[in-house]
Amino acid sequence: MSPSLPIIQPEDEAKADRVQGGSYHAPEAVEWHPALFDYLLRLGDDSLILGQRLTEWCGHAPALEIDLSLANIGLDLIGQATFFLNLAGEVENAGRDGDKLAFHRDVLAFRNCLLVEQPNGDFAQTIARQFLFSTCQLALFQGLVGSNEPRIAEIAAKAVKEVRYHAELSAEWVIRLGDGTDESRQRMIDGLDWFWRFVDEMFEMDELEADLVAAGIAVDRTQLRCGFDIRVQQVLREATLPLPEYPRAIRGGRTGHHSEHLGHLLATMQFLPRTYPDAVW
Amino acid sequence: MKTVAAETLDTDRIHRIMAVLDEVMDPEIPVVSVTDLGIVRGLSGDPASVLVTPTYTGCPATLAIEASIRLALDSAGFGDIGIRTVLSPPWSTGWITDRGRERLRAYGIAPPPDDAAALRSGGGGPVACPRCGSFETVEVSRFGSTPCKALWRCTDCREPFDRFKCH
Repeated sequence: MSPSLPIIQPEDEAKADRVQGGSYHAPEAVEWHPALFDYLLRLGDDSLILGQRLTEWCGHAPALEIDLSLANIGLDLIGQATFFLNLAGEVENAGRDGDKLAFHRDVLAFRNCLLVEQPNGDFAQTIARQFLFSTCQLALFQGLVGSNEPRIAEIAAKAVKEVRYHAELSAEWVIRLGDGTDESRQRMIDGLDWFWRFVDEMFEMDELEADLVAAGIAVDRTQLRCGFDIRVQQVLREATLPLPEYPRAIRGGRTGHHSEHLGHLLATMQFLPRTYPDAVW
Repeated sequence: MKTVAAETLDTDRIHRIMAVLDEVMDPEIPVVSVTDLGIVRGLSGDPASVLVTPTYTGCPATLAIEASIRLALDSAGFGDIGIRTVLSPPWSTGWITDRGRERLRAYGIAPPPDDAAALRSGGGGPVACPRCGSFETVEVSRFGSTPCKALWRCTDCREPFDRFKCH
């Protein structure tokens, strides 16, 4: 017997058999569900677009440490997107993989929420967006760990450990800026005020997701709202910040109605693979 | 210890494959091997393959690690052994071997705690400076030079150091 072989339980091996070379085989534990592809695009696009946004900070953040943090969070998000979009391509079964879905889809076909595509603004706005997104995503992934669709469950179980860091780090910065100087406090208030209008969309349910909730695949987003509100109030209280005024909520991302900003982001992100479609390293 | 090696992999081959993998170093921390880090999850038969798991979802080293393993296997005459990525159960720093921990420390990186209690509490216990051994240390930044490390500083010897995050 080899001295350094790790222990692999039979059930782990059974799970391992479903993945080969980083890509997935067709589902086996759950019957193919027509809404699954769209749902995976929603999950993957949220991560992809915010990951791309965060990389814009690379080399520009106020201090080296937070520059590294934002780049690392972006990296985690792009990693999540790779898994979700590869799985989406597998489920669609039309010859598209994660790269194809990320780089060769037009703006109307993206299914991310509007919050993630908004420009970075100043540092406080970026922190406000991250805090609201990661707090929501943490609750969502904690729920998806129990999904009936085993491949979604294992991606969520992997990512949830990382998202916990994102939520903690951004909450700490909300407190630091809110309870900081007059200038940082005002900017944090403005940042939260601006992004607050995009919060409702993250908890929106439609028929597509309701079907998936009934099949035990998705999480009912409305059930996550209470915990989200409690956590936000807790952090804002510690940051000595007021709760944002409730503006009219803006939605539409899940059905492809995006703000102008997404097209500009995609132009930057997709330029290279579209100019040289068959380029490889 | 239990393995999943099937008949296609006799004990001798398992030994030799694991010896090859012991020499494949992490591209970002070149003093620890892929077996030290616990990212080689074992061998599986039918078809014979090495099971690897990523540390972090977006770790850019994942592809480089797979390429290094491929190269090492091919060079050692194990071209027929495949590589498979597994996500579940998710990687944990609890899988880093004692040898891996010692190698990290000698390289100047504070290793993560190895006991289950510390892992459960999020690794919040005292962190020893890898240079002078002092516990008078503070976290400078939760994210360091790679996704798996945080930036710390020793207030005794005043040296900054990387700490492998508890994960």
